[in-house]
Amino acid sequence: MNGAPVDRHWRRPPFIANPLLRWSLFVGAGVYLALAFGTIDVDWPRIADGVPRGQRFIASFFPPDFTSRAGEIFEGIYESLWMTVTSTVVGIALSIPVGLGAARNLSPRVVYLACRAIVAVSRTFPEVILAIFFVKLFGFGPFAGFLALSLATVGFYGKLLAEDIEDMDPVQAEAVRATGASWWQWLVYAVLPQVLPRMIGLGLYRFDINFRESAVVGIVGGGGIGATLLTAFDRYEFDSAAAILLIIIGIVMAVEYTSGFVRKWVQ
Amino acid sequence: MAVRQQGELKVWQRRERGKQFAIWGAWLAGVAVFAYCWRLISEKTIWMFVTDAPRQAVDLAERMVPPKWEYMAKLWLPLWDTLNIATLGTVMALIIAVPVAFCAARNTTPSVIFVRPVALFIIVSSRSINSLVWALMLVTIIGPGVVAGILAIGFRSIGFCAKLLYEAIEEIDEKQVEAVTATGAAGGQVLAFGIVPQIMPAFAGISIFRWDINIRESTVLGLVGAGGIGLQLDASISTLAWTQVSVILLAILATVIVSEWVSAKVRHAII
Repeated sequence: MNGAPVDRHWRRPPFIANPLLRWSLFVGAGVYLALAFGTIDVDWPRIADGVPRGQRFIASFFPPDFTSRAGEIFEGIYESLWMTVTSTVVGIALSIPVGLGAARNLSPRVVYLACRAIVAVSRTFPEVILAIFFVKLFGFGPFAGFLALSLATVGFYGKLLAEDIEDMDPVQAEAVRATGASWWQWLVYAVLPQVLPRMIGLGLYRFDINFRESAVVGIVGGGGIGATLLTAFDRYEFDSAAAILLIIIGIVMAVEYTSGFVRKWVQ
Repeated sequence: MAVRQQGELKVWQRRERGKQFAIWGAWLAGVAVFAYCWRLISEKTIWMFVTDAPRQAVDLAERMVPPKWEYMAKLWLPLWDTLNIATLGTVMALIIAVPVAFCAARNTTPSVIFVRPVALFIIVSSRSINSLVWALMLVTIIGPGVVAGILAIGFRSIGFCAKLLYEAIEEIDEKQVEAVTATGAAGGQVLAFGIVPQIMPAFAGISIFRWDINIRESTVLGLVGAGGIGLQLDASISTLAWTQVSVILLAILATVIVSEWVSAKVRHAII
């Protein structure tokens, strides 16, 4: 035992094993941060000015004023809720054929590519941009918002449905097919039971997203609570705006609890 | 087993009668709600505009082609701003989300009665308010610009990241934590050697996932004045410069596709 003393100190293994990759990532991140902060022109006096302004702003949020604009707020929330219901239902209905088409193990190559393209395009553009265009085409009001949300739902739900179908257990599908089932029977008895529980959960999640998004499509004229919110901001009625935000938070929480309950019930 | 007696024959059915009725009832209620909501929307819609829409769409499409490619030269800087808004906003959100997630997770929170509800409220309120609404507020406070965009994306992402992270923390393997505790590790050491290594892959996955979403969201923040390519989009739409709009939309499409490709690569490398 007279060799060189061995360093027996334990070191935590690094998260990224390859040292070259690790260091180049660190250096890259450093360079990027330097560049990013270098090019952002920050108007420091304006931000410093914003501190007292922000305090006043936050102070004017309290107490939230639910009463003086109660009529408009109620109408806006109500409109948002219908838009959410209709766009979730229509979006999911449309996304079922798209999702089936976009599943690699179900459809021929041409259909697969076409459906994937639909999913990609509707997922790329945020709901607000879709809403701008639908407002141009269909005029102001909840119909434009409804279309924008439906289209966004198709992209979201179609993609997840397709991925879920691709991940299903092929053994069960083969078993049903071996009984001589037709394509429809095969779909209903082999594919549907496997994807349904998760899909119901995701449908409720999308309902939740659509409600939150319906608050912003109104900013560009697509109907719903967003228009009321924008008006409240424009008129500097921050207490009414605070009330609207609290109502949105409350509804989102309620939807979340309900969807947790329904999900347990389904499974 | 759900079986129906049909004379002498026993016929297999998928569900019991009561359950079948319950499902039909749920469908009926669903269809009724949908029909009611649809009627309310259609009352507020001017159907003449809707029937006119195909003509309008063709008209708009004609005005959007050919895209004015030379406008692209003016878009590189806004695109860089958009990238910065998404990246720095995600970084800011992650820095704040980590302590919030540890306070919200049932197994690491300092106090289930006092701290956890506060952390959960932070998560819910940050998640429920859209980044565009955050931007609307921040532009009023600190003025228009990239900083408002970064903060808006950051505030919006805290809830998302913290929620996924605290769910990951709650699902860790307690045996490893126990093993580290048994060596006599202090609280901080248990955290660093027992919990953090277990949630590291989830953390990396969440950051990439949110970054990808944020790229998409930061493209529209400019509509309310919070910087990025949305400013150009808003300006072009309000001046009816449709050939510029089509260039901007193509630029957004390309950015999103690239960011999706990058995040898929990184996720693949991690998992």
